[in-house]
Amino acid sequence: MPKIKLPKKSPHIDMTPMVDLFTLLLTFFILTATTRPQEPAPVDTPFSVSEKVVMDANIMTVMLAADNRIFFNVDNGHDTILHFRPKILAEMGKRYNIEFTPEELRKFEKSNTAFGVPIQQMKAYLAAGNMKDREALEVKGIPIDSADNQLALWILFSRQINPAVNTLIKGDANVDYPVVKEVLDILQDKNVNRFNLITNLEAVKVEQEITE
Amino acid sequence: MAEIIQEEKQKGGKKKPKKGSAHIDMTPMVDLMCLLLTFFMLTTAFSKPKVMEIVLPEKIRKDEKVEPPKIAESRTLNIILGPQDKVYWYPGKADPASPPPLQETDFSATGIRQVLLDRNRALFKKIDDFEKKVVSGEIEIKQDSLAAAIKQLKTDDDTGPIVLIKAYKTSKYKNFVDIIDEMSIVGIARYTFTDISWLEEGMVNTSLGIAPPPAAAK
Repeated sequence: MPKIKLPKKSPHIDMTPMVDLFTLLLTFFILTATTRPQEPAPVDTPFSVSEKVVMDANIMTVMLAADNRIFFNVDNGHDTILHFRPKILAEMGKRYNIEFTPEELRKFEKSNTAFGVPIQQMKAYLAAGNMKDREALEVKGIPIDSADNQLALWILFSRQINPAVNTLIKGDANVDYPVVKEVLDILQDKNVNRFNLITNLEAVKVEQEITE
Repeated sequence: MAEIIQEEKQKGGKKKPKKGSAHIDMTPMVDLMCLLLTFFMLTTAFSKPKVMEIVLPEKIRKDEKVEPPKIAESRTLNIILGPQDKVYWYPGKADPASPPPLQETDFSATGIRQVLLDRNRALFKKIDDFEKKVVSGEIEIKQDSLAAAIKQLKTDDDTGPIVLIKAYKTSKYKNFVDIIDEMSIVGIARYTFTDISWLEEGMVNTSLGIAPPPAAAK
């Protein structure tokens, strides 16, 4: 019987695919990590069993941080040619007699993070280069007291400029209820009665027992 | 790395022109494709936060002369969100002369959910009967309109509880979300949020063991 010749195996394992993979993963993670919009404050959303997914566009978000500061964010609409953000800011500036330069409006359009500065400090906020400088301006959040209710105006102008906007509330689990109540009241004053609360999905077993 | 060692060996001997392989190894590309595909599939499914929709009744403005809707006292269930994730409830209407005792419970499956389930049993039975009839063929209904029909049963329901949710001043946003969640789990058709009254605040204070402030005592 002729001997079966086994093919000579190379002592090395070809690492190329693995290396390829790792490089790719690495680049990918690095890229996604930087492009994700940075949150100005950490927000731990509460859990719910709701499975509805957040919509992609036409959203305005009222963010409530754990220390009861209020942030606001609105998107540019479903198309980039709509430029909702700069229009809203210009409208806001008009109300407070603040003239925003085209450069500042462009900066505001490009940033997609929630902001928590009074409109009077918006110029300084836009001029600030990095998140750290911006965070220093966001010590108080957006004012909501009845004398100078800027959140109500942001909501009003957002809805005027983009009537199809959906309202999202992203609150930290430990925000005090009176603050939530105040925000809900402001929204209802502006005739927003339909809200979407951002939550994390929770796995819950529901047992429905029906006793006769 | 493997390549480098091989090259060093070749340096000693005669340099031969490398034989090009006829095939291109597709493994890395395939690996990559698989990986990317799984990765994108997973991230798109998980990264999106979930939302819970609530619709609140339109506010009655102070200048408008609209009577607040009247609701049957026997169907009313008051839930008060207390501090430290506590939940209090009492049925009916609070009488200032003799405040009803507050029942204390929590957000666990045997807590407030059980209370709500007990009160919503009639509706559950109706839905259950309806589903049984659909299965047995007694009622003919299109498959896709079943959910709508059940929703209609819920809105037409006139025996289930009307839940009034109130929040004590030190309760948290988490409690607010939890209670809405319970409503949807239990399938309560009618619930709303109202402001806590001084009487109820006093009731919570007594059950917490806090002496009423002089303003509330009047």
